[in-house]
Amino acid sequence: MSARRSIKRRKRDIISRRVGKVSPSGIRKFFDLLSTMEDAISLGVGEPDFATPWNISEAGISGIEKGYTMYTSNWGMPELRQELAGNLAERCGVEYDPDSELLITVGVSEGLDLAMRAILNPKDEIISPEPTYVSYESCTVLAEGVFVPVPTVVENQFRVKAADIEERITSRTKAILLGYPNNPTGAVMERADLEEIAGVAHRHNLLVISDEIYDQLVYGIRHTCFASLPDMKERTIFLGGFSKAYAMTGWRIGYVAASAEIIEAMTKIHQYTIMCVPIMAQMAAIEALKSGDAAVREMVADYDRRRRVMVKGLNAIGLSCFEPKGAFYAFPSVKATGLSSQDFAERLLLEERVAVVPGTAFGSSGEGYVRCCYATALEDIREALRRMRRFVQRHRL
Amino acid sequence: MKREVLEVLEKDAKVTLKQISAMTGLSVNQVRKTIDEAESDRVIVKYKTVINWRRLEEARVQALIEVRIQPQKDVGFDAIAERIYRFPEARSVYLVSGAYDLAVFVVARTEHDVAKFVSDKLASLESVQGTVTHFFLKPYKEDGVILEDHEKVRRQPLTL
Repeated sequence: MSARRSIKRRKRDIISRRVGKVSPSGIRKFFDLLSTMEDAISLGVGEPDFATPWNISEAGISGIEKGYTMYTSNWGMPELRQELAGNLAERCGVEYDPDSELLITVGVSEGLDLAMRAILNPKDEIISPEPTYVSYESCTVLAEGVFVPVPTVVENQFRVKAADIEERITSRTKAILLGYPNNPTGAVMERADLEEIAGVAHRHNLLVISDEIYDQLVYGIRHTCFASLPDMKERTIFLGGFSKAYAMTGWRIGYVAASAEIIEAMTKIHQYTIMCVPIMAQMAAIEALKSGDAAVREMVADYDRRRRVMVKGLNAIGLSCFEPKGAFYAFPSVKATGLSSQDFAERLLLEERVAVVPGTAFGSSGEGYVRCCYATALEDIREALRRMRRFVQRHRL
Repeated sequence: MKREVLEVLEKDAKVTLKQISAMTGLSVNQVRKTIDEAESDRVIVKYKTVINWRRLEEARVQALIEVRIQPQKDVGFDAIAERIYRFPEARSVYLVSGAYDLAVFVVARTEHDVAKFVSDKLASLESVQGTVTHFFLKPYKEDGVILEDHEKVRRQPLTL
């Protein structure tokens, strides 16, 4: 009897409670379904449809050819950190010491995980605007923290208000986590909005984790780097990467810029779990920093055209959509159909073979919206809009 | 404004006024006016189509002919270049630096036609000192388009 009970308990305890608390990404289901359909158009994937610019790929390839196939420094190759420091100073207006304040990571994904594990004690709280990128809550929970979402609304262009953050601060609040330009809404923050948040961070002695992976993908505005605000560099864990701007998602490379103390702590985790980012990706990234600007400008100009077509098209078929000024997502309301986000996305995929992501995948304040990625060929965007028009006409209230 | 419209058109000449308007945020009228102006200023020279004739297995020969010429007093290379580019066989003609002077791109039905053009028309010109003809064996990329690269979806299914 007792033997049987102990077997039962062992079975139940295979997976840790911490991991048990994390739910799988809500986007997964759609891609499983999508991959079985032949003529489906996906507006679901959050990545550039461009291949990496050839000069960048070529730098990685020739690195391999020359035999650069070994480990690098845990922090990343010195030349890469040097280039990156120059790039951040020029582009973002913040000076970082390449020897102690930069860490090359396996994308922002790793940087985010490291940041959480480096700063959180159990039950510490992270305050973050919602709709939110799917990893934010999970990484918080995996580091035994508590995720405190701040709903944002379309009336304020999905920008988070400093007052709404301040309202949620408790004695356990450790950091504010920002992701602008935003995935999934495409929202951007004005400099003045960020300055107010800086004030909150200062008053309550909080850290700010700023995920700026989309910082180069902005349209008609200038992006403000959070760490560049007065007195914010020491408080900010600045996460960035190469995936989106340089179309390098598959290379898995990004970076963290922060104070030496924080970088030191994050590097401790990184060196025992990851060791270093693959050297070929680092060599490609050096080339991206040295001469990738023209390619970025061209891709941004292209996204901008598709953005206009997408937003205008969605509004024209009755899915009202505010003008997103960053990233490559449109976040239209589906309320005109009376369907929930989930139903809308599922039925649109089954009836018209267009994949979008339900807003609820990004938190409950995403209800009533879907995410449409416009990093997709223009002819596909036009066809997707034609199919969505049919769908909306059928389901309009 | 003009630049944005031209960039769109250079990629796809078939795009409609309405589509350009949606892509650039300009009104249809602004787009039309911009294009009309560019056409009358000969900023837009011509609308053409890139065709991969090999897929139709049409008889068609392309060649690059290097031409060395003796520049003429007062008019330099221009006069002799004009004598050459007036021939319809010469699709594109450039004055170039290096070991020869004019690069002449020729399209013809057969190799014999090209040879005839070179010997009868080019070589017989007084200022032409010599020619070297390179026949194109296989096209890889034309006007920025990789011809055999039509794999559309490289993206992998993923879960984030």
